[in-house]
Amino acid sequence: MSVDVIKTDAVIIGAGPVGLFAVFELGLLDVKAHVIDILDRPGGQCAELYPEKPIYDIPALPVVTGQELTDQLMEQIAPFGAELHFNERVESIQRTEDGFRLETDAGTPFECKVIVIAAGGGSFTPKRPPLPGIEDYENTSVFYSVRKMDAFRDRDVLIVGGGDSALDWTLNLQPVAKSLTLLHRRSEFRAAPASVQKMMDLVDSGNISFKLGQVATLHGDNGRLTGVTVKGPDGTTFEQPTEVMLPFFGLTMKLGPVANWGLNLEENLIPVDTEKFETSEKGIFAIGDINTYPGKLKLILSGFHEAALMAQAAHRIIYPDKKLIFQYTTSSSNLQKKLGVK
Amino acid sequence: MARITFIQPDGTENTVEAEPGMTVMEAAVKNSVRGIAAECGGACSCATCHVYVEDDWRQATGEPEAMEEDMLDFAFDVRPESRLSCQIKVTSELDGLRVRIPEKQF
Repeated sequence: MSVDVIKTDAVIIGAGPVGLFAVFELGLLDVKAHVIDILDRPGGQCAELYPEKPIYDIPALPVVTGQELTDQLMEQIAPFGAELHFNERVESIQRTEDGFRLETDAGTPFECKVIVIAAGGGSFTPKRPPLPGIEDYENTSVFYSVRKMDAFRDRDVLIVGGGDSALDWTLNLQPVAKSLTLLHRRSEFRAAPASVQKMMDLVDSGNISFKLGQVATLHGDNGRLTGVTVKGPDGTTFEQPTEVMLPFFGLTMKLGPVANWGLNLEENLIPVDTEKFETSEKGIFAIGDINTYPGKLKLILSGFHEAALMAQAAHRIIYPDKKLIFQYTTSSSNLQKKLGVK
Repeated sequence: MARITFIQPDGTENTVEAEPGMTVMEAAVKNSVRGIAAECGGACSCATCHVYVEDDWRQATGEPEAMEEDMLDFAFDVRPESRLSCQIKVTSELDGLRVRIPEKQF
């Protein structure tokens, strides 16, 4: 079965503040955009790393949290109706006769004229505990996410961690698994109190077990885990047999597939010019934290500026015959119409 | 001015000078000390600036606050002497501080 190709003017990779603002700047110039992000919500680092932390250097906003900034940007770009695709990561980019074809890890194909990489520090990926040999067990016995609960049916499952992901999957997998053990380094949890209570109830009723400690060594062979050695809080160790381990230690940023797209890179950053913020490939732009140029500052406000200049260049590619007249949103009835205020 | 020594897992040491008021993480990043990733830039949100404070200095650096202790759940091989270096403020009392960098921040 072939999947319908999504055709658009621009694909923006990354729904952080800079990717979102790119929707706005492109939209003012009649460039339609789709946005793709690996996270399940907009905001990028502002959503994942510091939703509640105040930011003090956004012009005209003396103080704003990462979440507030994201919410305000979503409101600001609403008139342009850009579609946002979450939980997907762009895996491949191919040049076509009149633009590009992209495909995500979920297999969604896109065709567009320009690509805007606003991927910040790269894509958020689950942290891999630095245990020797863990890669040999990944996707056979060690999993960082749950795609199908049925994969854990009637198996001995060990969940490691004390955050919401660890607690949520403990509660969800308990009815499915043969046995479930939750392992955490301390008896406090940074998770929703209701989930913690439910987990404790399951411990009390003997449906799961909770153990204190940290995984020190993995045991098994041929990609099949048989157990782990756990270091307890008092420094003593014990053996915990298990077939499956799910470690939940949060997310980290990795450059990811960007490295495979044939772009020039400098220390995991994409060099761009400072007129158009175009990469070594014509039609592919890079804005925000992921780019580099002489004097680059990794500030949200720099990314906003880069988005505005990028949009001018993107417009020239999409409308080669149209002369672009510079206009202000304060006075242009044409722009105000696009913003839905006139 | 306070001197801070970062000890790599292989035993090599970097001693850097830090201004009071900055954090131990900032002192490491400013001096390109290996092994301090500090992905979130000091917001206590990522646990990639994890260090082990040497015993003699644990009293001077103090205990982690609740938010930092929560964040340490996302670090690996956490020990009683674990701290997130973005949460240790440099003071003149910390002149001579010694911290160990874990094998990997993840």
